[in-house]
Amino acid sequence: MSMINYASREINCKIVYYGPGLGGKTTNLEHVYGRVQPDTRGKLISLATETERTLFFDFLPVDLGTIRGFKTRFHLYTVPGQVYYNASRKLILKGVDGIVFVADSQIERMEANQEAMQNLYDNMQEYGYDLTTMPFVIQYNKRDLSNAAPVVELQAALNPGWEVREPSKQRITPDPYHAGENLVEQISTGEWVEHAPYFEAVAVTGDGVFDTLKAVSKLVLKTLA
Amino acid sequence: MPVGAASWSFTEDDYGAILKALQQFLHDSNSRSALLVDRAGQLVATVGEPPQFDPTAFATLTAADFSANDQLARLIGETEFSSLFHQGEQESMYLVDIARRVILVILFDTRTTLGLVRLKVKPTVEELTRLFTELFQRDRAQEGPPNILAGAEDEIDRLFQ
Repeated sequence: MSMINYASREINCKIVYYGPGLGGKTTNLEHVYGRVQPDTRGKLISLATETERTLFFDFLPVDLGTIRGFKTRFHLYTVPGQVYYNASRKLILKGVDGIVFVADSQIERMEANQEAMQNLYDNMQEYGYDLTTMPFVIQYNKRDLSNAAPVVELQAALNPGWEVREPSKQRITPDPYHAGENLVEQISTGEWVEHAPYFEAVAVTGDGVFDTLKAVSKLVLKTLA
Repeated sequence: MPVGAASWSFTEDDYGAILKALQQFLHDSNSRSALLVDRAGQLVATVGEPPQFDPTAFATLTAADFSANDQLARLIGETEFSSLFHQGEQESMYLVDIARRVILVILFDTRTTLGLVRLKVKPTVEELTRLFTELFQRDRAQEGPPNILAGAEDEIDRLFQ
């Protein structure tokens, strides 16, 4: 639910980082906090347990620049990864403008990733939001680990694509971030499918963190264009 | 099914009317300051003594507080708690729902009482409810706020280069 304030000439948007526990959602925000100029960001708020597991959410406001005289202000949130906290996870999705799904690339976490993705779809549906038509990107985190699953496998499990019914959208759309790959394509059954843009990342070192944030922010602003 | 939550906007005239209502209330109730926060956690307006804290963080936590209490209300069989009160030794907060989309937060100290704040806030809540209901209806009639970034695709691309 982007809010446009004509009095202060600001566009406020909300982006939520979703995903399984210990996948690196908070690490993404911490990296952004550490790297952007202090005058373009606010405080990083963490509602965490004493063991640093996110209890309710982490929150970081950042300004990403000015367009048409309007300051673009993004509010970044993470949700608790643990299923136990689903009630608070759902609350954070209220009024969301864009979603980043942070997947844990480790083979052992495949099931946790799938569960979290299903849970995201379910929670969005309860609000009446359609994930397939809103700004949504996937980040495959922890690419540096030796037990990281190949991206092809992660894509097949988490980003197989949703059906594109609208004829005007049934045309090959190349993935601007991966040469030779497509975001919209026709599969062997003849069906047209659309994938969410994806990024590989190592959030602890910051690799891929800003690529992900930029991609989702750009998609959010384009919904206003 | 909608794409996501609807966007909304307000003009300088809306903002002026909101400020006027809140200033009147602060004067009548002797409260320190009032903040308006939308349910998604974005700060809409601040009136009165400038807050000594980070208002953006405050707005986010307010929305989370209200949402969590909404769920608690449902668990005990209520549809909502339309107002909340947090009492401190010196400073206290009173939070009220406006048109199910916005939260009015009143900060007050020992110069006034909860009773007076609650009494004086009633007409303000009615006035703000009327203002916001009109504002949201206007946005809906236009199918959302005008696309202020229409045609700005290139500019958006450049921002992220």
